[in-house]
Amino acid sequence: MSDVAAEVRDLRMSYGAQEVLNGVGFSVRTGEVVAMLGPNGAGKTTTIEILEGFRMRSAGFVSVLGQDPARAGEQWRARIGVVLQSWRDHAKWRVRELLRHLGRYYARYRTPEITRPWDTDELLDLVGLTAQAQTRVGNLSGGQRRRLDVAIGIVGRPELLFLDEPTAGFDPAARREFHDLVHRLTDREQATVLLTTHDLAEAEKLADRVVILAGGTIIADGSPDELALRLSGKAEVRWTRDGQRFVHPTEQATAFTRELFRQFGESVEDLEVRRPNLEDTYMALVQEYEQ
Amino acid sequence: MSAASVAAPPAPAPARPQPVAQWLSAARLGLARGGIEIWQTLTYWSDLLQVLFFSAVSVVALFVMRGHNVPGTSFSLGSLTLPGVIGMNIAVGGVTGVTALLAIDREDGTLLRAKATPGGMTAYVVGKIVLTAATSLLSLALLLIVGLLAFPGLHVTAVGWLTLVWVTALGLLATIPLGILLGSLIADPRFVGLVVLPFAGLAAISGIFYPITHLPGWLQAIGQVFPVYWLGLGMRAALLPEALRSVELDGSWRLGYVLLALCGWAALGLLAAPPVLRRMAQRESGSKVMARRERAMLRRN
Repeated sequence: MSDVAAEVRDLRMSYGAQEVLNGVGFSVRTGEVVAMLGPNGAGKTTTIEILEGFRMRSAGFVSVLGQDPARAGEQWRARIGVVLQSWRDHAKWRVRELLRHLGRYYARYRTPEITRPWDTDELLDLVGLTAQAQTRVGNLSGGQRRRLDVAIGIVGRPELLFLDEPTAGFDPAARREFHDLVHRLTDREQATVLLTTHDLAEAEKLADRVVILAGGTIIADGSPDELALRLSGKAEVRWTRDGQRFVHPTEQATAFTRELFRQFGESVEDLEVRRPNLEDTYMALVQEYEQ
Repeated sequence: MSAASVAAPPAPAPARPQPVAQWLSAARLGLARGGIEIWQTLTYWSDLLQVLFFSAVSVVALFVMRGHNVPGTSFSLGSLTLPGVIGMNIAVGGVTGVTALLAIDREDGTLLRAKATPGGMTAYVVGKIVLTAATSLLSLALLLIVGLLAFPGLHVTAVGWLTLVWVTALGLLATIPLGILLGSLIADPRFVGLVVLPFAGLAAISGIFYPITHLPGWLQAIGQVFPVYWLGLGMRAALLPEALRSVELDGSWRLGYVLLALCGWAALGLLAAPPVLRRMAQRESGSKVMARRERAMLRRN
C-alpha cells in the first residue's frame, strides 16, 4: 500500500437505464479526512457503498487499501471501518458485551504495527460511554447510539474509516460532541476518514479536503479554502461612512479596500470583508453545475 | 489507524490466513454469539414466551385431549398426539423460528453489521444455529417432561432414547437450513406469515393432531414429502409403545424412511441455503437497511 488509502477513477454505476454515477474520480490520502458533499440523489451513498464493498459497480477502477472492494476478502474487511446512520442492531446486547464481542473478530488480523482490536474499556472511554457499559444497546439515546456505532466502526483499528452522514438527525449538542470525538480520532489516532454529510459547517470543521458530487460526477475537489478561492469574485465589502451603510460586491476585495481608504481615509468605519464560506461556495458550484 | 500505522509506512498485508483457520475462528465466535443470545433469550420474558409459545399452547390442547381414548383402545388420545407435537416443535423452531430471526435481523441491520465484520457472516449463521438448537431443545425438554409425568402410556426404552436423540439431531439439521433459506428469500418481516400459514396447513396433513391414515391418499402423499410428518413419526416411534405402530401407515414406524427423508431434507437445505444466503447478504447495504427502516416507520404511523 502506498500513501493513497483509496482511489477511484471513472467510476460508473447504472440501475437499468438510469445512470447514477458517470465517471466519478477522486482519491483519499493516508491520514486525510475527506468530506463528500452533494445534493440528495447525487450518488454519494452509492459511491461510498461501492468503496465499502457493499455494492457492485457497473464500471470503473476502485482501489481501497490497495484492493478492489468487489473482490476483497475478510482480511481486507478487517482493515476498514464502517459507520452508517441507520443501524438499530443488537438492541438486546449490553454496550460493553457487544463491543468486546465484535472486537474479537479482529484479533486474528493484528499486525506488528497495528494492535487489533482496541481495548474495550479504553474505547468506551474514548467515545464517552463508560457510564453506559452495562446498558442495553436498545436503551441508548440517539447520540449515545451513534457514538457506539463509531466505537464499533473503529474497534478493529481500521486503516480507513467510512462515516455516512454521521450526524443526521442530531441536536446541536450531540453534533458538537460527535465533532469533538472525530477530532480526537483524527488528531490523536491520525485516522484516515471518508465521510458524507449534508452539513456544510460540519465538512468545513472536520475535513482537510472536500469533494462535491452532483449529477453523478465530481464537480469540485479541494480544501474548503481552495474551493472558496475559486469564487473569490463574490467577496463582499461592507463599511459605514458618515453614519451610512455601504455594501459592495467585488472581484478584487483587497484592491477595492485599498482604494476605499485612499479616497476616504479615516472616515471609513466598521469595515468588513466577507469571503464566501463553504456554504456559499457549495451553493454557487451546485447552481453553476445545474445550469 | 494507530499512531504507529501512520508513522511507519503501512505494513504489507500479512500472509493470507488459511481459509480453514479463518473459518474455525469465525465458528468459535459464532458459538460465543450463540451463548450470549441464549442467555438473552432466557432473560427476556417476551423472547422466552415466543420460544415456548408453541409448546405451551400444545400442552394445553393435549391436556384437553387427555381424557379421550384412541377409538377402539384404552390408550389416551393426548398421549398418542404428544410425540408428534414434539416432532412438530422442532420443525416450528427450525423453519418459522429461523425465518423470523433472519427477517428481523435484516431489518434492524444486524445482518449488515455481520457483513461489515471480518468473519461476521459465518459467526452470525453459527450463532443462529446454536441459538435455535438450544431453544428447540428447551421446548423439547418441556414437552418431554410434561409428557412423561402427566401423560399415561408414554415411556422411553433405551432404544427409544437413542431414536429420540438421532431424530432430534437430524430434525434440527433438516429444518434449520430450510429456515435460513426461506429467511433469505423473504425481504420483509411482515411476510414471515407467508411461511407460517402454509406451515400450519402442512401440520394438518402431517399426522400431528389428526391421523394421516384418515386422510385421502393424495393428501397422504403430499404430507409424506415434507419433514414434519417424518419428525412426528420418528418421535412416535421413540415414545409410544410398540403396539401402537398399528395405527401408522403400513402398520410400521418406518424408521428407515424417517432416516432417509430427514437426511434428504438436510442435504437439500445444506446445499441450497449457503448460496442463497450469500446472495442475499451480498445485496445488503446501508441504504437498503435505511429504506426498510423508513418503510417500517411509515407503517407504524
